[in-house]
Amino acid sequence: MNFFRFFAVFKARNIEFLRDKSSLTWSLLFPILLLFGFSFVFSGDGRPAYKVGIITGVSADSNTQKQFMETQFIEFINYKTLNTATDKLSHHTIDLVIDSQNKQYWINTESSKSYLVEKIFSEQFSNYTRFKSNGTKIRYLDWVLPGVLGMNMMFSCLFGVGYAIVRYRKNSVLKRLKATPLSAFEFVLAQLFSRLFIVIFISSFIYLGCNFIFDFYMIGSYLDLFIVSVLGAFCLISLSLLVASRSKSEELTSGLLNLTSWPMMMLSGVWFSLEGAPQALKTFADFLPLTHVVAGARAIMIEGASLGDISYHINILLVMSIVFMSISAYLFSWNTER
Amino acid sequence: MSEAICVQGLTKKYKDITAVDNISFTVKEGHCFGLLGRNGAGKTTTIEIMEGIINATQGQVLYQGKPVDNNISQQIGIQFQHTALQDKLTVKETLNLFSSFYQAPLSQDELVALCDLDAFLNRDNHKLSGGQRQRLLLALALINDPKILFLDEPTTGLDPHARRDFWQLIKNIKAKNKTIILTTHYMDEAEHLCDDIVVMDQGKIIESGTPHQLLTKYFNEVFIYLPKSQVPDNIIKQNQWANIAGRVEIKSKNIENTLTYLMSKKIPLDGLHVKSANLDDLFLHLTGHSLREVK
Repeated sequence: MNFFRFFAVFKARNIEFLRDKSSLTWSLLFPILLLFGFSFVFSGDGRPAYKVGIITGVSADSNTQKQFMETQFIEFINYKTLNTATDKLSHHTIDLVIDSQNKQYWINTESSKSYLVEKIFSEQFSNYTRFKSNGTKIRYLDWVLPGVLGMNMMFSCLFGVGYAIVRYRKNSVLKRLKATPLSAFEFVLAQLFSRLFIVIFISSFIYLGCNFIFDFYMIGSYLDLFIVSVLGAFCLISLSLLVASRSKSEELTSGLLNLTSWPMMMLSGVWFSLEGAPQALKTFADFLPLTHVVAGARAIMIEGASLGDISYHINILLVMSIVFMSISAYLFSWNTER
Repeated sequence: MSEAICVQGLTKKYKDITAVDNISFTVKEGHCFGLLGRNGAGKTTTIEIMEGIINATQGQVLYQGKPVDNNISQQIGIQFQHTALQDKLTVKETLNLFSSFYQAPLSQDELVALCDLDAFLNRDNHKLSGGQRQRLLLALALINDPKILFLDEPTTGLDPHARRDFWQLIKNIKAKNKTIILTTHYMDEAEHLCDDIVVMDQGKIIESGTPHQLLTKYFNEVFIYLPKSQVPDNIIKQNQWANIAGRVEIKSKNIENTLTYLMSKKIPLDGLHVKSANLDDLFLHLTGHSLREVK
């Protein structure tokens, strides 16, 4: 490993990106336009139905509860702990929490939806003790911000690295570099760090710039958020290197990158929560790196979670990064044979 | 003069195709060595094996008696046939990037002077003309001050003026006692630059030597051309002259005798053209294909 060679390629790649004005503008404008769009479209809380949290492991009052749970336009979400559910309630993410084992329920006194759901609930359950909760409302904009930044990061990492490497391979830039003392490791590492630098710079720029206008809800540590972002970007770049490790076809790579990015865009919790989704879908989403990036960043920003609290997501991102990186290093080809 | 490179029994197979078929030759130090042949003859495969870019199926390449190793990239310079450069970098930034790869690169001033890059040093790579681009690629090949320089069809696609300029650059480099290995389609280029040539066809070497040796070996005659309309058919038939694109081709071992004969037959000499055999004729003779025809 020669640091001068690594740094020269790193610097050249950064210059290339910053001079590609269309790419740079798109990387900056796309998420900003999305955030502005959401701030207008979802000026309410953006959820079409009422949501009620149920503390799991309860079996009491089964008939009445079943009847209540068949109420239309109410979505029921199971929570393992009361704290998680009441946090969600205080952030206006859900409208009511029911603990039927202890015959208790919680409402958010600052939420109109909570008031209405309580009316429906108390008609059927008169023997439950009422508890109050309150807290700042989390706008949909605050909720969706980690998703939008994560999605932008994902596209930048996947297409910015994978597509560029395949293009380099196809038009023989890689072949020219192979004829120099530059090693594959130095080249790949430079691509990785260059993109890491670019996505973190762009995400920070967008966050800080938009924060002046929207005043995002953030109660966690900025350092933790930075660490999750770096780890997430590293994992996504590794995935991109894996996809681009051998191919010489831009069309094939474009297809593979779309195949990789679209499920993440739809199922990684970028736009909507998967809390009420079928288990199979949630299991599938767990295999997508973006799921863990968004969930981790969202937990830090909205719930004030520490790195320890989101260790599950951190560990999965670490394992995925190691696996993707190892396989792509093993498979990587300069592909100089015609 | 000592041997710079020795190629021994080189073979390269791609599945069912044999691109290079058991070829051997040596390149002398300080010489310009030409690999000639049409598209698909195996020239590029041969030099890419010599450069250590691709592996041979069989055979070996020795540099001053030693096999190719990982350090070879520090000692040789390469200009590939098809190479894209990072579009958004300028010529100067590209030179800096490649300089950083080597332990002892030439200074940028030297490279700029050697390859005449001064006029477009701050221009983006994608805005260069064909000739400027080839000069930059040559500068990149020279960046580590290599003893051996590989040029794979360096003037393909250039206009005649740019080609002549490029030839002069190669001559200047050769004057610094560099060994040059050149592949080309252009026979005039080979005649102009090469001390030794090998002619390849279908992966095999079909002839080798100096251009002069080969031309005198195969051609002891010159070609005289006359418009067909000026030569009666019975004389063409009687002398078995060839009719090529509206012109009669007369192979002559003695120009004076041939001209005397034509005048005796009262054939007008308007439009007469005399040409010595060149490497294109040699290739036609050896393979039955014209290089320009197949190109």
